[in-house]
Amino acid sequence: MTWFASPSEAVTRLRQTGYLSDDAIATSVFLAGVLEKPLLAEGPAGVGKTQLAKAIAEATGADLVRLQCYEGLDEARALYEWNYKKQLLRIQADDDAWDDIFAEEFLLERPLLKAIRSERPTVLLIDETDKADVEVEGLLLEILSDFQITIPELGTITATRRPFVVLTSNATRELSEALKRRCLYLHLDYPTPERERDIVLAQVPGIAETVAEQLARTAATLRALELKKSPSIAETVDWAHTLLALGREVLDEQTVAETLGVVLKHHSDQQRAAKELGLR
Amino acid sequence: MIDRHIGFVHALRETGLPVSLAEGLDAAHALRHIDLADRETLRAAYAATLVKRPQHREGFDVLFDLWFPSTTQGPRKHRGEDPEDLRDELAELLNGDPAELRAFAQAMVERFGQVQAGPGRQSWFSYPVMRALSPQTLIARLLGERGGLPEKVARRRIATNIAAFEAEVATDVRRRIAEEQGRERITRSAVRPPIDRRDFLRVTKAELAEMRREIHPLARRLATRLSMKHKKGDRGRLDFRRTVRASLQSGGVPLTTHLKPRRPHKPELVVVTDASDSVSGFAQFTLLLTFALREQFTKVRAFAFVDTVDEITKYFAPGADVLDAITRMTTEADISRFGRTDYGHVLRTFEERHADALTPKTSLLILGDARSNYQQPNTETLKRLTGKVRHAYWLNPEPRDQWDTGDSVASGYAAIIPMYECRNVRQLAAFIEETDVGG
Repeated sequence: MTWFASPSEAVTRLRQTGYLSDDAIATSVFLAGVLEKPLLAEGPAGVGKTQLAKAIAEATGADLVRLQCYEGLDEARALYEWNYKKQLLRIQADDDAWDDIFAEEFLLERPLLKAIRSERPTVLLIDETDKADVEVEGLLLEILSDFQITIPELGTITATRRPFVVLTSNATRELSEALKRRCLYLHLDYPTPERERDIVLAQVPGIAETVAEQLARTAATLRALELKKSPSIAETVDWAHTLLALGREVLDEQTVAETLGVVLKHHSDQQRAAKELGLR
Repeated sequence: MIDRHIGFVHALRETGLPVSLAEGLDAAHALRHIDLADRETLRAAYAATLVKRPQHREGFDVLFDLWFPSTTQGPRKHRGEDPEDLRDELAELLNGDPAELRAFAQAMVERFGQVQAGPGRQSWFSYPVMRALSPQTLIARLLGERGGLPEKVARRRIATNIAAFEAEVATDVRRRIAEEQGRERITRSAVRPPIDRRDFLRVTKAELAEMRREIHPLARRLATRLSMKHKKGDRGRLDFRRTVRASLQSGGVPLTTHLKPRRPHKPELVVVTDASDSVSGFAQFTLLLTFALREQFTKVRAFAFVDTVDEITKYFAPGADVLDAITRMTTEADISRFGRTDYGHVLRTFEERHADALTPKTSLLILGDARSNYQQPNTETLKRLTGKVRHAYWLNPEPRDQWDTGDSVASGYAAIIPMYECRNVRQLAAFIEETDVGG
């Protein structure tokens, strides 16, 4: 199937789901669709990497299958597992069952297998790939290049319909060259103030445009400081909600000083920001 | 188009971007699907298929602008020919449309950019453009509100736009040089090495700030790497209680065994760093990194020296502002008597005053260029110090072929303690990953 007809169509359809993209995002998403290649989105926390996958699924009406990576993730949790308890019971109940305990009914489907076997269009989100151990990358290689999974007892299962694969990474470690080579790469960074303003306007109905503009510019200024943790897009949106709830019409110094805790979560960051911006 | 594509890919490889054959093919496939007339889409398509590391993006953009230059709209009308009028126009454009700004930049390069480069030879440069227009001096005029937050916000916006203007000018200058002298000639000189390969000893102030921003990601990456290394073979002895408990589920048959986790090994780190001016960029960077790594180590103690040594751990308390800490360190700590590095004296004082910092659990890290201004190197003391610790390493920010030249006593020390060349972020990361500083 074709996922998107052109980059500009990708922009429009993503926008309908509330995700504001830009040239680079739209082109990469479009290309990942037509070239049937996985898309690796890398960037700091809170710039909308996971959200992108969700938006693609929603825009194309596909199912979203999510594999959350963490240290110690293994085949049994990512691919498939045999339901050995059920197998044990079957053998105890029926002595002749030795041959058919490796059948479909004993197979526990995990996200990767599920995405490969799905008949419906599917978006497979492999979230925080960098958190998984290096061995998991090896596991992903077969799946991402040939879209097939080999189960020794059953044979090779090939995707009937290739899923749209999105991998995300915070770059806490460098992913292997082999994995990167198989993917299209999209570096997501903090948005330009203009785009962030539009995001705030789209996500927070009822906020005044001038306030959104001020918020976006202030967030950009904060990110330029050398902070431990720069404010994410989600935090800017939270900030907008806070101002709306407080009923503030302008973002003046006092308001910033009072609500800085919404965007900066380290004490030293707050002190630094207060000092650099001349807040009291 | 094919020729241009191949030329572009070759140029990328030449400047150090690892583009594999398969990736080149991917890019060619991608070209079939997009509208080639749309330059930004083309750029995004190439970037998605070829550039897999954010550090390479800057060099990629420079080359892309050379190989696929933007179309120049004919000569643009300006309101006046007088530099003052042009400055007015620039001031307006800095708040305006980026496309207009680009056209203006191109017109300004046309007007001011050409300078005599040698006898009978004209070439293009950006500095005469900047000198004629001096955009930095426009900031004061453009700032509306003064003081506090609004000024900061406005200042940042204007600075971003001026940087954009400078980038447009530089791009256009490169385009003109490429047109006159050929693209191949400029390719190599136009692209700076990515930030993690730039020399510590030769960084500018702006680059240092950029590197500092790399610190937390790097520290996090190294920390994950170190803790992963600890996890390898992370299986202790059988946990009998949990195994039996789990076997109840399967009718008393212990189908899965549970093992006790290993007790994590928490190493101690002692960093002794040269804080003299000759290596200041390097010292700052490594100090910041050391303290970013604090969470991984039970104990981090840091010492700094020029010609005498003092403990500086207290300035880097958790949560402290790193820039403040460095300023306080240089003003308050007792690290300098005459201001000329003297390794022999430093080692002796370290042994006298701080020998208790070194235990068999410690990893000792010495950072410095081993240039001792022709003083006694005191290698015997270093031998005693390294004998007391679990691991000892020396990181030298000078290129290996400059060791032992002039007043450097590098190989004298290197005979006692493993010495590594550590000139850039990449080498530093490689050092930490390869050796077991944390183990």
